[in-house]
Amino acid sequence: MYCEECKQKPAAVHLTQVYNGNIIQSHLCEECAAKKGGFIFDPGNKFSIPNLLSSIFGNSYGIDPNPMTEIKTCPGCGMNFNDIRKTGKLGCNQCYQIFAKEMEPTLRRIHGNSQHIGKIPSRGGEKVLLRKQLDNLKTRLQEAVNSEEYEKAAEIRDNIKEMESKLA
Amino acid sequence: MSIENILNSASVKWMESEEGQDIVISSRIRLARNLMDLPFPLRLDQKAGHECLQRVKAVCQEEMPAVLNEVEFSGFDQLNILDRRILAEKHLISPDHAESNSSFGAVLLNKDGSLSTMVNEEDHLRIQCLLPGLQLAAGYELAQHMDDFLESKLEYAFDERYGYLTSCPTNVGTGLRASVMLHLPAMQMTGQTSQILQNIGQLGMTVRGLYGEGTEATGNFFQMSNQTTMGQTEEEICNHLQAVTEQIVEQERVLRERMKIELKYQLEDKVGRALGILNHARIINSTEALTLLSDVRLGIDLGILSGIQPYALNQLIVSIRPAHLQKDVAQEMDALQRDIKRAEIIQEQIKGIK
Ligand SMILES: [Zn+2]
Ligand SMILES: [Zn+2]
Repeated sequence: MYCEECKQKPAAVHLTQVYNGNIIQSHLCEECAAKKGGFIFDPGNKFSIPNLLSSIFGNSYGIDPNPMTEIKTCPGCGMNFNDIRKTGKLGCNQCYQIFAKEMEPTLRRIHGNSQHIGKIPSRGGEKVLLRKQLDNLKTRLQEAVNSEEYEKAAEIRDNIKEMESKLA
Repeated sequence: MSIENILNSASVKWMESEEGQDIVISSRIRLARNLMDLPFPLRLDQKAGHECLQRVKAVCQEEMPAVLNEVEFSGFDQLNILDRRILAEKHLISPDHAESNSSFGAVLLNKDGSLSTMVNEEDHLRIQCLLPGLQLAAGYELAQHMDDFLESKLEYAFDERYGYLTSCPTNVGTGLRASVMLHLPAMQMTGQTSQILQNIGQLGMTVRGLYGEGTEATGNFFQMSNQTTMGQTEEEICNHLQAVTEQIVEQERVLRERMKIELKYQLEDKVGRALGILNHARIINSTEALTLLSDVRLGIDLGILSGIQPYALNQLIVSIRPAHLQKDVAQEMDALQRDIKRAEIIQEQIKGIK
């Protein structure tokens, strides 16, 4: 794939941004990505960036075997992973989903694992539970449809509707 | 109104005398929570910041469980910088929160200061419970009541896998930071603190000085807290800290008893000199005062001195900090004026000690 801007160099940076709910992806070469601004990148020296980063976030730049660098921006707060590494802070709850993959080693380094086993809020927790059941029902619906058990499928569909209205 | 009482009172809950408080001064439980659909405080613009503040304020106007002991909302627009520094010196809000000029900062305080919730510090809500002595379980229970109340009215940012979502990844999961404030003079005098603190690190605990400085703690006061917030239940975190604390307390007690016998004269000399300086100094800075008051405190604990209650010493340590001095005098002071005022207050408070 070639850079969308100059159409000459291979695209090395894949920018995913969300504007008003629309996902916009751009594929750029390093120079054009740098020109677009808001994003510090020095193609000549891959080791200059880690110096800027907060020590608790690992340096995946230097050791990343994949030269393709995806730059995503969180729709909830506008932060990208470089911002997070620089400040050591996430910007909103959605960051945890958007940067789940990037955060994984950091969480493991800090906590030794990345799975909460403590308190669940009764409200949020209810939803967590409902969502789990909903996923379960959707799987069963698919199974019922696949095996042409339409009566059963209709029943499950009603359950799903009821549950979705509870979640809304 | 609670906030006025707390600002003007020499005492808040954690300073009270509690059985066995000679070594563990206080216990703190802190829960970090955020609201579901707003960016974390660092990324809040004016509009979203006020939205957050209004939601929390509205919740405080609803009927609360009696156990919370009358929590009241105070916005930073009602608290000037001196008031906020006073709250920080009483350990009710963080120094960062006190200094922040955020127009959407606030604090929710109850009547006796056992519950204080910072609004829009690093997270939308930081629920804190501060109790005297070693009371982690009781502190967690009270913090839970506050958490349950807030959670019944506000939707929290919670993820099935990551738990309570926080601005800093070091708090995510339970959002729980449990800590104890320890007074460890015998350990310090016998040069054992660094060794013990190193072991504590391996047990998943972090140690800092009283006001957040490094391990060179002023006045032999240390704050110990859990390092990780994810992968353990809240009870496990509290129990673990409780167990480590009990071991340290035991160690400190053994050392104190040995010193009392093996270093009788050295100990009495140290304590006596400290009292002498405090009684006669006309100019004293914060660090020197804390160091000498630590010696006096040890003297009281070991029965070498008498004539003051532990709660009065707790109050004294707080009342000689800069914002408290300034409020007391009701005017701005330079460092020298503060050091003179500090010496006066100490002499007034310790005159009964023999
Ligand atoms: Zn290009
Ligand atoms: Zn975000």
